[in-house]
Amino acid sequence: MITPTINLLMALTVGGLYAVGFYLLLQRSLMRVLIGVVVLGHGTNLLLQLVGGPPARAPIVGSAPADTFADPLPQALALTAVVITFALTTFLLALSYRSFVLLGHDEVQDDLEDRRIARRGGPAAPLHQDAGPDGRTEDER
Amino acid sequence: MTALAALPVLLPILGAALAVVVSTSVLAQRILALTTLGSMVVVAAVLLVRADRSGPVVIALGGWAPPVGIALVADRLAALLLLVSTLVALAVLGYAISQRIADYGRRMASSTFYPTYLVLSAGVSLAYLSGDLFTLFVSFEIMLTASYVLLTRRTSVQTIRAGMTYVIVSLLSSLLFLTAVAMVYAATATVNLADLSERVDALPPGLRTVLALMFVVVFGIKAAMVPLHFWLPDSYPNAPAPVTALFAGLLTKVSFYAMVRTQTLLFPHDRPWTLMLWLAVATMLVGALGALAQNDLNRLLSFLLVSHIGFMLFGLAVFDARGLSGATLYAAHHITVLATLFLVGGLITRRTGTVALDRMGGLAATSPALAVLFAIPALTLAGLPPTAGFVAKLQLLQAGAGAGVGPTAVAAVVIAASFLTLFALTKVWVRAFWGRARPTVEDPDPHDELEVGTARTPWPMYAATAGLVAVSLAIAVFAGPLSAMTGRAGEDLIARVPYRVAVLGDADR
Repeated sequence: MITPTINLLMALTVGGLYAVGFYLLLQRSLMRVLIGVVVLGHGTNLLLQLVGGPPARAPIVGSAPADTFADPLPQALALTAVVITFALTTFLLALSYRSFVLLGHDEVQDDLEDRRIARRGGPAAPLHQDAGPDGRTEDER
Repeated sequence: MTALAALPVLLPILGAALAVVVSTSVLAQRILALTTLGSMVVVAAVLLVRADRSGPVVIALGGWAPPVGIALVADRLAALLLLVSTLVALAVLGYAISQRIADYGRRMASSTFYPTYLVLSAGVSLAYLSGDLFTLFVSFEIMLTASYVLLTRRTSVQTIRAGMTYVIVSLLSSLLFLTAVAMVYAATATVNLADLSERVDALPPGLRTVLALMFVVVFGIKAAMVPLHFWLPDSYPNAPAPVTALFAGLLTKVSFYAMVRTQTLLFPHDRPWTLMLWLAVATMLVGALGALAQNDLNRLLSFLLVSHIGFMLFGLAVFDARGLSGATLYAAHHITVLATLFLVGGLITRRTGTVALDRMGGLAATSPALAVLFAIPALTLAGLPPTAGFVAKLQLLQAGAGAGVGPTAVAAVVIAASFLTLFALTKVWVRAFWGRARPTVEDPDPHDELEVGTARTPWPMYAATAGLVAVSLAIAVFAGPLSAMTGRAGEDLIARVPYRVAVLGDADR
C-alpha cells in the first residue's frame, strides 16, 4: 500500500480551486457558472494528478531504475479527465451562447411550473415574466 | 466466448460511427439503429443466460489481466439490467422512428439523433459492465454527454433552461465522482473494483466512511435521491416524449446500479444501513407528495420516478441478499414501467395537444386504446397484484419485515408511498380519461418539428408502447424464475467472493 505524501502548497491550491469553483457555481449569471465549472474541473484534475505521489522520473522502461518511476496511472486518468472537461466546457459555452441569443441575457431561469405552484400556496411576489422569441410569455401560450 | 461481454459496448459505438457516415440516408440510419439495438438485445440475453449458468463473463480488454488492465464484467445483476435496458431502448427507438416519420415525413434526415441515441446506449452498456471505477466514470460521461445533446437538440427557451440545469448539475456530480475516484486511488493505489474490495477493508473506518459517503452523494445526485433530486422534475419534462422515456427508464437506474455496485463491493454492512433507510423514506415521501401537487402530466410522472427510486434505495438499505434481490427486481420493473408511462404521456399529449391535466378529459371514450395502455403500467407502478410491481414490492416488504425494527417501519412507509402513487395516478385517470370530452388544444407552435393536438397517430407508436407493456407483463408472468435469479444475484452481491474470483481469477481469495 502506498501512502502518498501531498505537498501542502498543492493541497491548499486544490482546496482554493474547489472553493472558488463552488462559489462561482452558486452565482446567477451563466458565464460565472461556466467559469465555476472550469475552475472546479482544474481543481479535480490537479487532485487526480497529485494522488500519484511526489514527482519522480518518467516511467519509460530502461531510462531509469523501476523504483524511481512516477506512477503513470493518475497521469493517464488526468489526461482523460482533462479531455472530457474540455469537451463539456465547450458544449456548455455553446449552450450559454444559445441561451443568450434566445433570451437576451445570460441569467439562470426559474422554472415556471415551480413558480406557479409556489403562487398557489399564497400571495407571492409578482411573477417576473420572460418573453419568448415570439413576444408572448410562457403563461399566455 | 468472453468477447461477448465487449459486444454491448462495441456494437452501438460502431453503429453510431456508421450512422454518421450514412447520415445522408435516413432510411439507412433507421435500419442501422434498429439492427444495432436488436443485436444488443440478443447479446444481452445470451450474457444473462451464461452469467446465470456458469458465473460472471469477464473480458480483460487488450489482453492486460486485471487489476492492471481494464476488465468488463457481466454478472447476473449487470446482465439482467443490461437486457431490460436494451429492450427498453429498442422499443423507445421504434416509437421515436415512427413519430419522426409522422412529423417530419420520410425524407427528413437528421445527422445527430440516431448516432447520439446509439452513443447513449453504448454508455449505458459500459456503465453496467465496467469493472473499474475510472471506466465507470468514463461510461457516465459518454452516457451523459449523449443525453445533453438529446435534451437540447430542439432549442426553445424551455429546453435551454431545462438543459442548463441538467448539464450543470450533472457536470458537478461528475466532477465530484472524479474527486472520489482520485481519493480512492490515493488511499488504495488501485481503481479496479474487485481489487478495491480487498484493499478498502484495510483502511481506517473514518476514511472508509468518507469515501462511502462521497459515492452516496455522487450517485445520489445522478439517481435523483432526495434531497439531491431537484434537477430531475425540472429538466426531464421539457424533452420530447421518446427522449424523456429513455432518460426516465435508463439514466437514474444506471446510477442506482453504480450505487449498489460500489456500496456492496467496497463498503459492505452486516446490518441494515440506517442512513440509507432515512434517505429512502425521504425519497419515497417527497417524490409521491410532490407528484400530488402537479398539474403537468410529465412533471407528475417525474416526481413518481423520484419516489420509486426510494423503493430501490430501501432494498439497498436493508443490505441483505433478499433486500438486494428485491431492489434488483424492482429496478428491472421500474426501467420498463417508467419508460412506458412517459411514452403513453407522449401519446396523450399528441392526442390532446397539452400536458396540463385540467385541460384534458374524456379520453377513455375518445381513445380507448390509450386508456388500456395507460391503465396497465399505472397499476404496475402502483404495485397492485398481480402485476410486476406487486411481485417486486412484495420481495422488498418481506426483506424489510425480516430485518429488524427500523426496516419494518420503513416497509410501512413503502406501503404508504404506494397508496400515494395510486392516488396520484388516479388523479391522472379521473382528469384525463374520465369526464366530459374536452376540445383538443391547438398546437401552440404549428411550424415546429413536434406535432401535437392531432388524432393522426401512426400505429407503430402504439405498437412500441404496447411492446413495453408486454415486457412488464412478462416480468409478472415469469416472476418465479426471475426472482429466483435475482435471489442468486443478491447472494453474489453480499458474498462478494464470486465477483473477485471471476475478475482476479485466484482461487485462494
